[in-house]
Amino acid sequence: MKRSARKSRTRPIKPEARGKSQKPRGRINAYFTHHLWVLVSSLGQLWRTPLSTLMTAAVIGIALALPAGLHVLLSNVQQLSSGWEGSAQVSLFIKQDVSEKHIQSLANTLRDWDGVTEVHYISREQALAEFRELSGFGDALDSLTENPLPAVLVLQPTLAQAEPASMSRLLERLRQLDAVDQAQLDMEWVRRLNGIIDVGKRSALLLGTLLALAILLVVGNTIRLTIYARREEIIITKLIGATNAFIRRPFLYTGFWYGLMGAVTAWLLVSGFLGLLRTPVSQLSFLYDSQFRLGGLDFITSLFLLLSGVLLGLAGSWLAVGRHLQAIEPT
Amino acid sequence: MIQFDNVNKRYPGGHEALSGVSFHIQSGEMAFLTGHSGAGKSSLLKLIALIERSSRGQVFIDGQNLSRLKSRHIPYLRRKIGIVFQSHSLLLDRTVFDNVALPLIIAGYHPSEVGRRVRAALDKVGLLNRDKAYPITLSGGEQQRVGIARAVVNRPPLLLADEPTGNLDPELSKEIMGLFEEFNRVGVSVLIATHDHDLISRLDHRLLTLSGGRLTHDGRTTELAVSA
Ligand SMILES: Nc1ncnc2c1ncn2[C@@H]1O[C@H](COP(=O)(O)OP(=O)(O)OP(=O)(O)O)[C@@H](O)[C@H]1O
Ligand SMILES: [Mg+2]
Repeated sequence: MKRSARKSRTRPIKPEARGKSQKPRGRINAYFTHHLWVLVSSLGQLWRTPLSTLMTAAVIGIALALPAGLHVLLSNVQQLSSGWEGSAQVSLFIKQDVSEKHIQSLANTLRDWDGVTEVHYISREQALAEFRELSGFGDALDSLTENPLPAVLVLQPTLAQAEPASMSRLLERLRQLDAVDQAQLDMEWVRRLNGIIDVGKRSALLLGTLLALAILLVVGNTIRLTIYARREEIIITKLIGATNAFIRRPFLYTGFWYGLMGAVTAWLLVSGFLGLLRTPVSQLSFLYDSQFRLGGLDFITSLFLLLSGVLLGLAGSWLAVGRHLQAIEPT
Repeated sequence: MIQFDNVNKRYPGGHEALSGVSFHIQSGEMAFLTGHSGAGKSSLLKLIALIERSSRGQVFIDGQNLSRLKSRHIPYLRRKIGIVFQSHSLLLDRTVFDNVALPLIIAGYHPSEVGRRVRAALDKVGLLNRDKAYPITLSGGEQQRVGIARAVVNRPPLLLADEPTGNLDPELSKEIMGLFEEFNRVGVSVLIATHDHDLISRLDHRLLTLSGGRLTHDGRTTELAVSA
């Protein structure tokens, strides 16, 4: 087209295909209104096929509930075992050359320490007597000219001290005392239990990763089917000038809703199961003379569950949309 | 507005649907495209809306060289072109209003503006009172008019139509053509593919004739009346 020819004509109807005449604020408003509209209408679309929507949400919900439930149970066991850590004792072996009087005053000082509730003094003589009684090596001990056993201070740490980190800090402080030869925490079995819990948590993480992959596939496949069911509509909207982003949007929001519904389903499932377990666990812990109560889904875990559901839903639909929308072009 | 420079279109099968087509339609002009079935009318319109790309030669729309247009810019080109399809191509699960509003929503218009323009477009095609109806409840002619309302709602400078009166009775066809002429009178360039010679011979516009993919004649529709 020759420039001059174009300029010479006045066009009564201006091309306004991109809405240039609108004020920027109006356009931004329209943008958000549109997003909101797509958000609501994609929910409306799902509402129209309640059964298949519910089934998809249930699959996602179960896949999320498994690792989440496992995580909550393990956290409970950990909670329980950290209570036992509190009941662990620290044995301070006192150096041979420290006088009885010095040990007594050290015991008194330690009683005033922050992380310590109780200090019990076992003198060298008591230790020997105890050993003689328990070991049956009485005769052998008689032949010794000197008592080989050290005096011991048995410390009862406070519950707040149960955290592994603060516990090791306490041990460090105790070891630095001049009179102390060795400070030993009697909790090997708690360590082992923690090790088992760690293995469990790692398994939950791996299981979670696998199931996250499954969710991606489920959402991706569901969205793929929706895309093909709405093929005609996609072609028509492309012909009217829709960008890929515009066409992607409703499918992404659909993925968002699937993820959110799945996460809520998972939350309900886990809460329901914990609710069912609560009474028998309380009875069990009563039998063990314990105050332990089964903890539920805390705020952080719930938030994490919700976020991972939504993100997986979005990611699944993003994958499907990326792979299948481009292929649909008008002919 | 539309310029073809020695354009060839060869489909993947090897069939050459258009060969050596050159013409120029001025901004504000109205033209008809005719030819036997398979002559290449639809193919020519598809090149304009970039539904297909030319194999050789160049197409300019509004001064823009389409062979240089990147894929991601295609939507913006299409917003400048109102397309009326052979089949109605309406979204069947949306109301008449929503169908007509779609181009405006795509272009990001504010809802209040959308309502105003949709009503104006529906008024133009005489369907203002059917805005809440679903397409299936409309007659063929009414559906075609909804399609036209959708094509003009964002006031594109160019209007393309592929057999817009294909399955309508003569009375309705005349009415639809009248609509296109009305849009042309307010400055919209119009290109219509049709083989309804009876109908267009009574009008006076430019006429391009395709035969076997070649542009064989470039004249006036009035010539049809003489030859008939
Ligand atoms: N997608 C395609 N792939 C291969 N060949 C095609 C394709 N589309 C059209 N053709 C061929 O190109 C030629 C021109 O087709 P086109 O649809 O442009 O004709 P037309 O003039 O619109 O015909 P009609 O009046 O029947 O609509 C035909 O021979 C057709 O078979
Ligand atoms: Mg055709």
